[in-house]
Amino acid sequence: MAMFIRVDLDPALQGDAALCKALVEACPVDIFKSPAEGQVVTVEENLDECTLCDLCLQAAPGKVTVVKLYREP
Amino acid sequence: MRFYEYESKRILAKAGIPLPKSHFCTTAEQAREAAVAIGGPVVVKSQVLSGGRMKAGGVKFADTPDEAAKHAADILVLPIKDLLPVGVLVEEKQQVVQEYYAAVTYDGRAKRPVIIFSDMGGIDIEEVAEQHPEHLSRTHFSALRPFSDYIAKTAVSNVGITGNDLTALTRIVSGLTRLFLDRDMTLAEINPIGKLADGRIIALDCHADMEQEAQRQHLDLLKDLGLVGDEKRQARPPTDFEMEAERIDGADPRGVAGNLTEFDGDLGLIIGAGGGSLTLFDAVRAAGGKPANYCEIGGNPSVSKAANLTKLIVSRPNVKKIAVMMNVVSNTRVDIVARGVVKGCIEAGFNPAEKIALFRIPGSWEGEGFAILEKYGVPYVDRTVSMDEAARIAVENMKKA
Amino acid sequence: MSILVDENTTFIIQGITGREAVTMARECLDYGAKLLGGVTPGRKGRQVHGLPVEDTVRAFTEAQRVDAAVVSVPPVGAADAVFEAIDAGIKLIVVVTERIPRKQVAQFVEYAQLQGVRIIGPNCLGMISPGKTRVGGIGGSAEATRRAFKPGKVGVMSRSGGMTVEIANSLSEAGLGVSTAVSIGGDAIIGSTYAELMPLFDADPQTEAIAIYSEPGGRAEYELADYMKRAGSKKPIVAFMAGRFMDEMPGMRFGHAGTIVEGRADTATSKIANLAAAGITVADRIGDIPRLIEEGLRGK
Repeated sequence: MAMFIRVDLDPALQGDAALCKALVEACPVDIFKSPAEGQVVTVEENLDECTLCDLCLQAAPGKVTVVKLYREP
Repeated sequence: MRFYEYESKRILAKAGIPLPKSHFCTTAEQAREAAVAIGGPVVVKSQVLSGGRMKAGGVKFADTPDEAAKHAADILVLPIKDLLPVGVLVEEKQQVVQEYYAAVTYDGRAKRPVIIFSDMGGIDIEEVAEQHPEHLSRTHFSALRPFSDYIAKTAVSNVGITGNDLTALTRIVSGLTRLFLDRDMTLAEINPIGKLADGRIIALDCHADMEQEAQRQHLDLLKDLGLVGDEKRQARPPTDFEMEAERIDGADPRGVAGNLTEFDGDLGLIIGAGGGSLTLFDAVRAAGGKPANYCEIGGNPSVSKAANLTKLIVSRPNVKKIAVMMNVVSNTRVDIVARGVVKGCIEAGFNPAEKIALFRIPGSWEGEGFAILEKYGVPYVDRTVSMDEAARIAVENMKKA
Repeated sequence: MSILVDENTTFIIQGITGREAVTMARECLDYGAKLLGGVTPGRKGRQVHGLPVEDTVRAFTEAQRVDAAVVSVPPVGAADAVFEAIDAGIKLIVVVTERIPRKQVAQFVEYAQLQGVRIIGPNCLGMISPGKTRVGGIGGSAEATRRAFKPGKVGVMSRSGGMTVEIANSLSEAGLGVSTAVSIGGDAIIGSTYAELMPLFDADPQTEAIAIYSEPGGRAEYELADYMKRAGSKKPIVAFMAGRFMDEMPGMRFGHAGTIVEGRADTATSKIANLAAAGITVADRIGDIPRLIEEGLRGK
């Protein structure tokens, strides 16, 4: 279970093959995977490896939110 | 990696250095057969990496095969400095009239390889160096130019040896030096070299240490000895705890979280990096703490790697708490290590606020790291608190447990 | 002033397209260092952070003045890279690479001596003259480096890269600051030892005191003690010796490749006694270094 990081995906991402691919390729710690063309999901066991590099935010502007669970009240 | 005597001797034999007849045995019965094959008085020697085996009763002489078997049976179960031998070497007993010492190693001060030779072999060479310096020669040579036999001759001649002995000893020392260079050894030592009653000169005991970094280039030799290339053999073999840490470190190439050495204390340490670990280990002991382990974290280990190392350490029954401490880090990320140790504690079923005596890693991404520690109630200090002060606080928090 | 490197030092990175080297290049540029580019065979024409990548060291040295090279290539190619830099005429070479077999280190160090080239490392983080330049990954990001290394009056030499930063940070926090800090490397054979760098610090007007981090293994501390007895130094020196626990564990290697107790002279205890006898203050605790430096400066 991820304890430190949650990544929320905008439902609008599904079906956008280019953005899904860009996300999978951007993340250095493999947080995103594509179960099928035009789909993207997060990989639970890799979430806590997130280095806060923001490459996913740049790859899909406005469509991905990285939540630091340890900053939540 | 250190070689056992019997392995070192096989390496010397390949280099053409004369040796007594010997057999490596792992049972008393094999030792009996070896003594029969040698056909005369033998010496039975414990094969351990720890020194001082003579004093500890690990070397015994036998006149008959039965006696050899009996000594082997005793020595095989005799621990030397807490280590059991991997076997015994049954070797032809020699009539020695004179002993010599020869070693090749690197001299970090001269930045060159050096041959050390003495005509006072068989005793502690440091003692010879201090008390009988005229009986010891140090001959540095170039690592760039091809090795030439005259250098070995110089080493032997410099302690006043001449005649046939000079020729025979030059051949041995030269062979040893070439072997040292060809096989990337950090130390190749024969102590003693023995001159026998019949005038022959042979290597009686030896010690070879191959550079860990170069092992992969000598897999042919290692395979010949029945070894694999990545063994990290030191003065004592690794414990299960150490091997498990090694496995965790090797399973994930990201950063270092390993190099663990087991100690018998109750404070688990997650410390780094090389120099930082040495400093912190001393600081914990100086503060009255009893470390359960030494280890090193460096580079950028993944969260899971740091978590797995933490889990391994906190799960040991003797570990009451852990201290997570490093020098001011430039490359290792504070937040990633913080995530790893908190996660490791929780996954092992402990509350990080109670299990972590103190967290002291200042440096890159410390803001995020400290936020994580706050969230989980883990006690921490920043760069204004020195490493020894941090160690003192950790030991104090440990006592509160 | 400072020693070895300053704001005018130009340098290249050999192996610049490697993962660690790309980061190092960024950090050096951000700090304001005069990094010219780098070498990775077969990658000519590429760029790293806008800097040119060439196939050979000569491509740089034939076109411009190159004061130094940082070697950040894997162990198997590291010695070759050092030989290339020496033959291209570079006079200061920082070898970052760890795990280079000793024989190869002995070979390139010997060649460097013959050619009048200074080597720093191997197995080091490089060096920094705070506020002027940095050559190597020492200190990490430019921001972290500026925080830990404030310009000042103490020269630092350390066998541990991490401890170079730790000590510099404590000197900066204490308001003393650093003139030049050199991570000299943790291997059994290194290009420049304490004793070889001492004359540079002694001659540097900015350096008023020297802090040294040391470990068991090797004879570099004896060489330093001998230097002190022979040449002396008018500047206070404070040394710290880590790894005292290792005295009880001969034959075990901890930390760096060069850190192993093989004989009595390798032990922390014996080195501490030797340094102290040469007039060097030995700190019992790492945190005492700034206070002991201040005392030394007041006492002079």
